[in-house]
Amino acid sequence: MTTRPLRFLHRGQVVEIATVPPMTTVLDWLRLQKRLTGTKEGCGEGDCGACTVALGRVKGGRLIYEPANACILLLGQLDGAELVTVEDLAVGGRLHPVQQALVDHHGSQCGFCTPGFVMSLFTLHQEGGGADREAVLSRISGNLCRCTGYRPIVDAAEAALAVPNDRFRARAAETVAQLARLRDDKDLFVADGEGFFAAPASLDALCALAEAHPDATLLGGATDVGLWITKQLRTLPKILHTGRVTELRRLADDGDSLSIGAAVTYAEARQALSAFDPDVALLLERLGSAQVRAAGTIGGNVANGSPIGDTPPLLIALGATVELQKAGVVRQLPIERFFLAYGRQDRQPSEVLTRIIVPKRAAGLHLRVFKIAKRFDQDISSVMVALAVTLEGGRIASARIAFGGMAGIPKRATAVEAALVGAAPADEAAVATAVARLAEDFTPLDDHRASAAYRLTVAGNLIRKALAEIAAGERSSTRIAPLRGGAHAA
Amino acid sequence: MRPDPETEMLRHVRKPIRHDAADRHVQGNAPYIDDILEPEGTLHVVPGGAPVAHGRITRLDLSAVRAAPGVVAVLTVSDIPAKNDVSPVAGDDPLFVETSIEFHGQPVFAVVAETRDAARRAVRRAVIETAEDKPLVDVADALKADADIMPPYAFRRGEPEAVIAAAPATVAGTLRIGGQEHFYLEGQVALAVPGEDGTLTIHSSTQHPSEVQHVVARVLGLADAAVEVVVRRMGGGFGGKESQASGWAAMAALAAKVTGRPAKVRLDRDDDFAMTGKRHDFLVTYRAAHDADGRIEAVDVAFAGRCGYSHDLSSSINDRTMFHADNAYFYPQVHIASRRLKTHTVSNTAFRGFGGPQGMVFAERLMDDIAWATGRDPLDIRYANLYGTSERNITPYGMTVEDNVAEALMRQLEASSDYRARRQEITAFNAGSRFLKKGLSLTPVKFGISFTTTFLNQAGALVHVYQDGSVHLNHGGTEMGQGLFVKVAQIVADEFGIGLDRVRITATHTGKVPNTSPTAASSGTDMNGMAAKKAAAEIRERLAEFIARDWQVPVASIVFRDDRVSSGEMSLSFPEVVKKAYLARTHLSAAGFYATPKITWDRPKATGRPFFYFAYGASCSEVTIDTLTGEFTLDRVDILHDAGRSLNPAIDIGQIEGGFVQGLGWLTMEELVFDAKGRLRTHAPSTYKIPTARDVPADFRVAFFDNPNREDTVHRSKAIGEPPLMLANSVWCAIADAVHALAPGKAVALDAPATPEAILRACMAQTGSAG
Repeated sequence: MTTRPLRFLHRGQVVEIATVPPMTTVLDWLRLQKRLTGTKEGCGEGDCGACTVALGRVKGGRLIYEPANACILLLGQLDGAELVTVEDLAVGGRLHPVQQALVDHHGSQCGFCTPGFVMSLFTLHQEGGGADREAVLSRISGNLCRCTGYRPIVDAAEAALAVPNDRFRARAAETVAQLARLRDDKDLFVADGEGFFAAPASLDALCALAEAHPDATLLGGATDVGLWITKQLRTLPKILHTGRVTELRRLADDGDSLSIGAAVTYAEARQALSAFDPDVALLLERLGSAQVRAAGTIGGNVANGSPIGDTPPLLIALGATVELQKAGVVRQLPIERFFLAYGRQDRQPSEVLTRIIVPKRAAGLHLRVFKIAKRFDQDISSVMVALAVTLEGGRIASARIAFGGMAGIPKRATAVEAALVGAAPADEAAVATAVARLAEDFTPLDDHRASAAYRLTVAGNLIRKALAEIAAGERSSTRIAPLRGGAHAA
Repeated sequence: MRPDPETEMLRHVRKPIRHDAADRHVQGNAPYIDDILEPEGTLHVVPGGAPVAHGRITRLDLSAVRAAPGVVAVLTVSDIPAKNDVSPVAGDDPLFVETSIEFHGQPVFAVVAETRDAARRAVRRAVIETAEDKPLVDVADALKADADIMPPYAFRRGEPEAVIAAAPATVAGTLRIGGQEHFYLEGQVALAVPGEDGTLTIHSSTQHPSEVQHVVARVLGLADAAVEVVVRRMGGGFGGKESQASGWAAMAALAAKVTGRPAKVRLDRDDDFAMTGKRHDFLVTYRAAHDADGRIEAVDVAFAGRCGYSHDLSSSINDRTMFHADNAYFYPQVHIASRRLKTHTVSNTAFRGFGGPQGMVFAERLMDDIAWATGRDPLDIRYANLYGTSERNITPYGMTVEDNVAEALMRQLEASSDYRARRQEITAFNAGSRFLKKGLSLTPVKFGISFTTTFLNQAGALVHVYQDGSVHLNHGGTEMGQGLFVKVAQIVADEFGIGLDRVRITATHTGKVPNTSPTAASSGTDMNGMAAKKAAAEIRERLAEFIARDWQVPVASIVFRDDRVSSGEMSLSFPEVVKKAYLARTHLSAAGFYATPKITWDRPKATGRPFFYFAYGASCSEVTIDTLTGEFTLDRVDILHDAGRSLNPAIDIGQIEGGFVQGLGWLTMEELVFDAKGRLRTHAPSTYKIPTARDVPADFRVAFFDNPNREDTVHRSKAIGEPPLMLANSVWCAIADAVHALAPGKAVALDAPATPEAILRACMAQTGSAG
């Protein structure tokens, strides 16, 4: 195996690092080692956005900047990217259009969150014209401000987006060339004597490392594992990052199914999945924040087995399959069988989750996805449901109803599903009878997100709502807010 | 606004001037304490908290902590040279637990290490064995145990109990109002740098530098004069750094004292949540009598507030709940009772509004109750009960409301928000909508301005003019993002008739202005602006007298304007006059002092004038709720707010909108959940949700109500920090209005915060469905 050190672009220069503690975060590297203190720590868990930096990468032939939470981003994840921080935007005292607009619109008060907003909006600005208010809100969904009430920030963003050029776009061709020189198919391996951060380029190399180090931590986007480091202070001496593995980065439309490599990010899979249904588009809009969607992977969301992950219930309802690989042996299983019990998945030591295969939505499949949380953006579901039914002669012929937040794993409501078969969606009495069987499927918990009673009640109400919508053939009179990013669909 | 001759003369005051640090904020080069280049050898301090909420420490073994890599010292109560007390008032907040644990996460020890990471890891090696007692966690626990932390207090006028008992029309209810975490984006932080002869310089993120000075001196056994506290800026405060920044500064100071090296405390966010106090939560029980028109005859209300384990500022905070239990309404006969309860949770503290919002939420629920009972529009019930201007204008605490503009303000908002037409549309919508219901509410705000602890109503400033005509501005107020510094600079620049760029804003420093009051109670600009204005005016008078002598013209003819000093045809630039004055041995430095006039408050007799004046506002909110899930959207908000003559409309709009959104968070999504063992389960932004940009309505219309302060405040402005928070009451009332549509005429059982779960529960109670 040919290995090489960590390399990334910062301020026009290639930074090369051969030795670094594997758990080093980008935020600590900036603030403690480089003494670049413009990037702030607000929470240390990727939930406030004060530490937002921009990462430039070439995707689909274009230079794309994405926001990232530096507090839970490991330095090794910067490999092959350009790192841009708040210190890098103004030139000779001349503010970047985003910075100038924030000043002009009184977009800062205490100023502590401001660098993060600047960087999130910088990434949107780099995308060029056409961004509207919704795009602004989406891009700052992971940036908390406790002072302004946001209105002036949103106004500033809209004004800045009308100012077209900046030096980052002016030198994009040069940046692309620099980044191209960093691209290779060598395996990244940096160690500090006590551990290592490895980012192999091929699946074979990843599997080989996984076999050699069954105690290693597989790392996707670090939106969850990052917190093991910053909050639980766990020691993870061996980190295997999936983000450079060519095979795991593949998103392919195979005609009757969609194949999502385990290292494909939410942002990358978003368009393809959103095509399934406007409800899916809305779910992905509400999943995490712009920062989380840019870093987090669907494979990671499945592999970590969280009972409150947003994609597993959807993938279960859609009848997805997961594929795993170890020692050259590939196996597939229905995704709901992957989740065994709380904190336990059907994955062997050294086994790598490689991809998720999602069958395309069949004609006539009615799909509804609802997420209940205290906040629209970046909140963990108290209850989430994905419901897929087919009808024959106006009656339910088949049903797959998967819930998050109702059990120790994402789980189907099999008793309700069985009871619904044969019922007409408009038959409220029959639906009520079926919904009453939720108590056989679930014994939810009381916790800080919701009580067990609320969970059970709202779960039933969501099934009622979904079927009422399917019966009525519309969802405008049942939704408090218009679907974002897509037209109403029956 | 109406044209005004004084405004014509002003070059900076009343202009929408940007925040003085805005350019630096956006570039990341406005340093907060953790950004200051650390002096060589700076150590990092991390506290270790108690593992249970209530009990005794039976064994504390810190040997593994001491042995951990990078650890330089481990601090416990035995390291404290003088007093183990960091409290603001009552002497009951230990820096470190001695034996008795009072809340989960209460600091027991602190690790001092070469790096913050080393300190954090070492903390987890502690062995703390305890004999655990059952904690009192919430208000209900404390009421059951009769656990009052201080004596109850009450306001009374007449015999409301008798009136209510005999009245034909009454309403009654119980209401739970949740607390709130400040979630300042910059957590608690302090850097202590030892100086010669035992002195210390403390950089603290505090709203109350003088208290930090006193607390550090108290803990270390130093004279106040041996401690200097410096505050350039905070990354947000909101009351959370009024009394509760002191402990962290004292911890840093103790580490510096013990090790002889600079030491920094910067709390991890989870520790900040667990170890610092929050807005008080309340249980409110009430009864009221009203006439056929919905006009109140008598109110009897009892507030039970969760203070936490110690006094902190709870006495004044609970008082302010009582002061605002009337909001803008006249209660002819009234009894307002308050119990202050002890729990084994963190000591609740100041938070924007300082207890007032909870009182006002009750008042608005009372109006809605009467509307639901009488079938009248809630807005008309509110009008019927507003304070009068010449009668019905005495508060339950005996103060005459002299400046009441509530009705005029509300009528203006009623028209501009198109309230009546929208009410009809909403009624029609609700009649035709099965799952979704809309609600509308227009609520007023009347907020008393002044510290109710009368002696705090004083402020100082220090102004120097240097030989080049540049001005050094210093005062006792602190900058937490609210724009105080730029407002005071505007005032001083206009006093000298010079450009704002000549005025250098400097860090708050106990060595320059002593004995300062906290920047709190919305009073920062009123008091420090006035003190700085007086200091500048004194120097200007000296300059005027000097130049009048020099030019042999009357002093009254000297004009300071546009960076020049003139009298008729005679004119020199400001720097030229300053230079001449200096050479003629003129004193170019002055201290200004201001004490708020007119206020008197006799707490034992519960009467007097605690407030210099009132600030007013009103808001109108429209919501849609989903009765199947309890989710809601905020569809439109109209706000009309009284900032007097705004000193800086841009800054003040920022306070109005920001305050509103903070109130919106408090009343709809921010939920503090403690488990039965007294552990805070929502201890980070992953579980405690404050509003994001998407929660702010796209249709958000904010305007000023033109109302020069009738009292002689600085340029006739009004305080702006706290009152707008309570504009969010209309959102909570609009949600209740939507729930009410499910079964009109029935009182709505909606608590605060109105989370989806709380709203669904209220919907189910409204329709009588089981849950």
